[in-house]
Amino acid sequence: MNTIKILIAIVFCTLTSCVSLSTDNKQTLYQELGGETGIENIVDDLINEIGNDQQIFHYFAKADITHFRQGLIEHFCAISNGPCEYTGDNMIDIHTGMNVKETDFNHLVDLLINAMDQNNVPHSVQNQLLAKLVPLRKDIIYR
Amino acid sequence: MNLSNGCNKEMLKLKHLILASLILLVVHTNVRSADGKLLATPGVSQVEGSAGGGIVPWAQLAGYASREQISGSGYCSKVSVDDFALNVCGVQANFFDRVEVSYAKQSFEVKPLNTDLKQDIVGAKVRLYGDLVYSKWPQISVGIQHKSLKTETIAFALGANKKSDTDFYIASSKLHLGAVAGYNWLWNVSLRHTQANQMGLLGFGGEGKNKQWLLEASTAVLMSRHIAIGMEFREKPDNLNLGEDHWRDVFVAWFPNKSVSVTAAWVDLGSIAAINDQTGWYLSVTGYL
Repeated sequence: MNTIKILIAIVFCTLTSCVSLSTDNKQTLYQELGGETGIENIVDDLINEIGNDQQIFHYFAKADITHFRQGLIEHFCAISNGPCEYTGDNMIDIHTGMNVKETDFNHLVDLLINAMDQNNVPHSVQNQLLAKLVPLRKDIIYR
Repeated sequence: MNLSNGCNKEMLKLKHLILASLILLVVHTNVRSADGKLLATPGVSQVEGSAGGGIVPWAQLAGYASREQISGSGYCSKVSVDDFALNVCGVQANFFDRVEVSYAKQSFEVKPLNTDLKQDIVGAKVRLYGDLVYSKWPQISVGIQHKSLKTETIAFALGANKKSDTDFYIASSKLHLGAVAGYNWLWNVSLRHTQANQMGLLGFGGEGKNKQWLLEASTAVLMSRHIAIGMEFREKPDNLNLGEDHWRDVFVAWFPNKSVSVTAAWVDLGSIAAINDQTGWYLSVTGYL
């Protein structure tokens, strides 16, 4: 029984020290992502990942990449409480007729994680951006 | 008797070897496997064959299949406590992230009697609602585990009524992205309708005892994409009046990629067949296709 108590103590100590770390810096998610430059780099690497991906590239084959890039940067900026307002179309309108499969959406999330890894975005910051994006999936897939 | 026991052990070793080879094959070749979920989110394989933690079936279905994919997985686990050891190997299939079927073979070594108890378990699970990661509300699944005890003598001697029975469970799971200081937090709560004594290894039921609903729960924090640490609790019945205890464990799971996971745990199984304080270790490897 003592071993389990010690292990539980370790788990909770680890968690509480994480809590105190994150409350020390009261940056917005936008700032933690590296601001305008940080988000631009993430989006550029994501576009690069998509361009090299056989599974989901076909969804973007006919897209205007410059328009897509600007829209995504603006969207990430707005959703992470940055100084932007998203002016593009809503998610449902953009994806209607594309019939995006669940498999492919989830794969795109893996590519986004790769892009954030390439930019050394900390694990906890990555998760907070993902948490903002996840509710949009229902507006995107099977439309 | 000794000869057949020896043969069985050889067979089990052979099966372990086959499974280990399969897992190595998966790791070392670029087999195109189902990869439609985020790394680590399907969980691992519980000792009765269902996708879950180590001892609790979770709402997630086994493997990385999404709604357009089929996945297969296989695993072996070993639990070693003071006077007992459990060896289990099993396979799972996931059809379109809607239906999971599983099969597990358990061999339970009773050290004081120098004997092995054997049980086969066929399982099925259906996802009713939601997605662990993406839906607003938790993922909900229902499942069954049909258990057949092959070595019933000890179970009947201890007062069990049956050597075969079916557990029913309902499970809900949710992964909260970035919920604990930016780390992903997973919880699962399951309710199981059962009369299995020590999972069925000591038979089912007891004099004047009926099936009851029991609580099982797990929680974990993902320290990175690859490492999860957590703990589990499983409420148990005491149909044989032997003081059967609830189970607990604390685990660390490692997901190097979507082909394999390795889980280690410290387990507290309490009293088994009136032998108290059974604590020890759990080690499990799952390979995913």
